Amino acid sequence: MAENQPFPRPNWITIRPRLLPISWRLDRRTPAILGVLFIALAISLVMSVSYGEYNIAPLDVVRAVFGVETNDPNHILVVRSFRLPRILLSLLIGASLGASGAIMQGITRNDLADPGILGINTGAGVVVVAYVTFAAFPVNSLIPWLAFAGALATSALIYGLSWKAGSSTLRLILIGVGVASLGGAAISFLITRMQIDRAQQAYVWLTGSVYGSTWEEVQLMLTWLVVLLPITFLSARQLNTMGLGDELTIGLGLRLEVQRFVLIALSSALAAITVTVAGTIGFIGFVAPHIARRLVGPSHEGLLITTTVVGGLLMVISDLLARWVIAPSELPIGVTTAIIGAPYFAYLLYQRGR
Amino acid sequence: MESGLKAAGISLAYDQNTIIENLSTSIKSGQITALVGPNGCGKSTLLRGLARLLRPKNGEVLLDGKAIQTIPTKELAKQVGVLPQAPVAPEGLTVYELVAQGRYPHQGFFQQWTAEDEEVCREAIAITNTIELADRPLDTLSGGQRQRAWIAMSLAQKTPILLLDEPTTYLDIGFQLEVMELIEKLNQERQMTILLVLHDLNQAARYSDRMIVLESGQIVADGRPVDVLTAELVANVFQVQSNILIDPDNGAPVCLPFATVKQADEKSKKLIIENGNVKEMV
Repeated sequence: MAENQPFPRPNWITIRPRLLPISWRLDRRTPAILGVLFIALAISLVMSVSYGEYNIAPLDVVRAVFGVETNDPNHILVVRSFRLPRILLSLLIGASLGASGAIMQGITRNDLADPGILGINTGAGVVVVAYVTFAAFPVNSLIPWLAFAGALATSALIYGLSWKAGSSTLRLILIGVGVASLGGAAISFLITRMQIDRAQQAYVWLTGSVYGSTWEEVQLMLTWLVVLLPITFLSARQLNTMGLGDELTIGLGLRLEVQRFVLIALSSALAAITVTVAGTIGFIGFVAPHIARRLVGPSHEGLLITTTVVGGLLMVISDLLARWVIAPSELPIGVTTAIIGAPYFAYLLYQRGR
Repeated sequence: MESGLKAAGISLAYDQNTIIENLSTSIKSGQITALVGPNGCGKSTLLRGLARLLRPKNGEVLLDGKAIQTIPTKELAKQVGVLPQAPVAPEGLTVYELVAQGRYPHQGFFQQWTAEDEEVCREAIAITNTIELADRPLDTLSGGQRQRAWIAMSLAQKTPILLLDEPTTYLDIGFQLEVMELIEKLNQERQMTILLVLHDLNQAARYSDRMIVLESGQIVADGRPVDVLTAELVANVFQVQSNILIDPDNGAPVCLPFATVKQADEKSKKLIIENGNVKEMV
C-alpha cells in the first residue's frame, strides 16, 4: 500500500451522516451548478411572466404571484390565470423531457438518442391523430390517456421488435428510427383524411404548443412528475452501471433486461405525459442532458437532477422566445425548441467529425 | 461441496452457430488459469459462458456446486468478477469514479458510499498503481493506464474469482508485462482465482499455473505450462513449427516459432489429432 502517496481529492462530495445509516456521493460541482440554475430559472420565470401583451414590472409579477395587490387591478388575473399556467406547464414539460432524454441516452449509451428520435412522441401522435380523425365527437379529456397509451405501445413495439435473444441498444435505435418514419407517414396520411378544422387543430398539437394551457394541465403534469421523477433519480446507479456496457452491467450484478425494460417504460412515460399536454416537442430531451453533462459530468447522481432543471429552463426560455419573436403573434413552442435544438445537433455532429 | 467455478457439459452458441459443444472443465481456486488457442477456437466464448454473459444451450455452469442461474445476480457479482475485452467508459468519467462503480453489488439504496466502499476502492487504486491517475478522465489515459484502471474497478468488486478477456491485447510490450505482473501479484497477495484469455503463448506459459488449449471448441490440452506447451501441440493447434526452450530465469517454456507447417505434413498432423488426443502425445 502506498500510504505515502497523496490520494487525490475525489470529484464528489460524500454524504455520510454519523447518526443515520445512509451514505451517498454526489458530483462536487452539482450543488453550485444547481444553485446557479435555480437562480437563472427564477429570473427567466419572472421575466417570462412579466413579458406579454402588456408588460408587468418584475416586482409586480412577484407580488401578483403571491396574491399581493399591485396598483393595477388586472395584474393578479393576468398573471395567475393567463400567464402562470402556461409558463409553469412549459417548465414541467421541459423537466419531464430532460429526464426522459437522460434516461434514453443512458440506456442506449448514445448521446444523440432522445424519446423523439426513438419514435415515442410519434407513437403518441399517431394514436391521437387517429382518434381525432375517426371519432365522431373527440373527447378532449380522453386525449391525454390515448397519447400516453400510444407512446407506451410504440416503445413496447420498438422494444419487442429489437428483441433477438435479448435486447440490444443498437437494434433499439435503428428500429426506433424506422418506426418513427413509419409513424410520421401515418400521421401525414391521417391528416389528409381529416376535416379541415380538425386537421389544423391536430397540426398545432403535433408541432407542440402550450397555447391556452390550464391549471388542470399543470396539475396533471405535476401529479405524474411527483411519481416519476423520484423513480428517475433513484435509477442513477443503475444508469451509471449500464454506461459501462452490457457485459459489465451483468458482471456487476444488475438484471440487465429487467432494468432496461423498467427504464424504457419510465422514459416513455415521462415523454408521453408531455405529449398529452403540449403535443410533440422536439430537441429538449436531447439537448438538456448534453448541457447537463457538460456542467456536472457523466455520473447520473448529479446528472439526472441537473438535466431536469436544465430542461425546465430551456422550455421556459423557448416559450418566452415563442411569444416574443413574432409578437404580437406567436410561434408554436415546438418551433422555437427546434430553432434552438437543430443548430446544437449540427454543432455536435461537426465537433465529432473532427 | 465443490468449490470454485465449473463447466459441466456446456454447449455455447451464438444464434444457430454452435461454438462449444459439451465441454467440461473446472477452474481451480487460487490458481491463474490461461485459456489459449487460435482465433475462433472459442476461448473468449468459453470465458463468456463461465462469466454468465452467454447462457449455455445445454449443460450448466456451477459455482461452488450451485448452478449460476439459481444464484441472485448481485450475490454472484460478489463472487465472480468479469472484465470484457476493450470495455468503454462514458466520456469524462474519472478513474476514481470508474473504480467506485465496481462497488455496485455491495451497495443498496441507502448505503451507496460507505467507509468500507471508500477503503476498498482506495486499496484497488493503490495496488493497480493508479493513484496519480485517480482524478483524470479515462479518455485522457494511455492504453496501459486505462487497462489498470479497469482492473482496479474489477478489484473494487472484491470477488475471489476474476475472469479477464484478453487483458493485454492492444497494449505494447511494456504495458503487457505491467498488466501480467499485476495479475500475478493479485493471485499471490490476495489469493485471487484468475481465469484469463491470452493470445501470447509465452505470456500464458510464464504467468499461469495452468494452461487450457482450445481448438474448434474442444479442449485439446490442459495442464502445467511445461507439460502443455510442446512443439507438437504448437504444430497441431497453431500450424506453426517451433522450438520450445526453457527460460533459465523461471523455468517456463518459451515457444520460438520459425515456420508455418507445410501443406504436406499438415495432413499427417491432422491424423494425429483425429486418432488420439494431444494429451497422450505429450
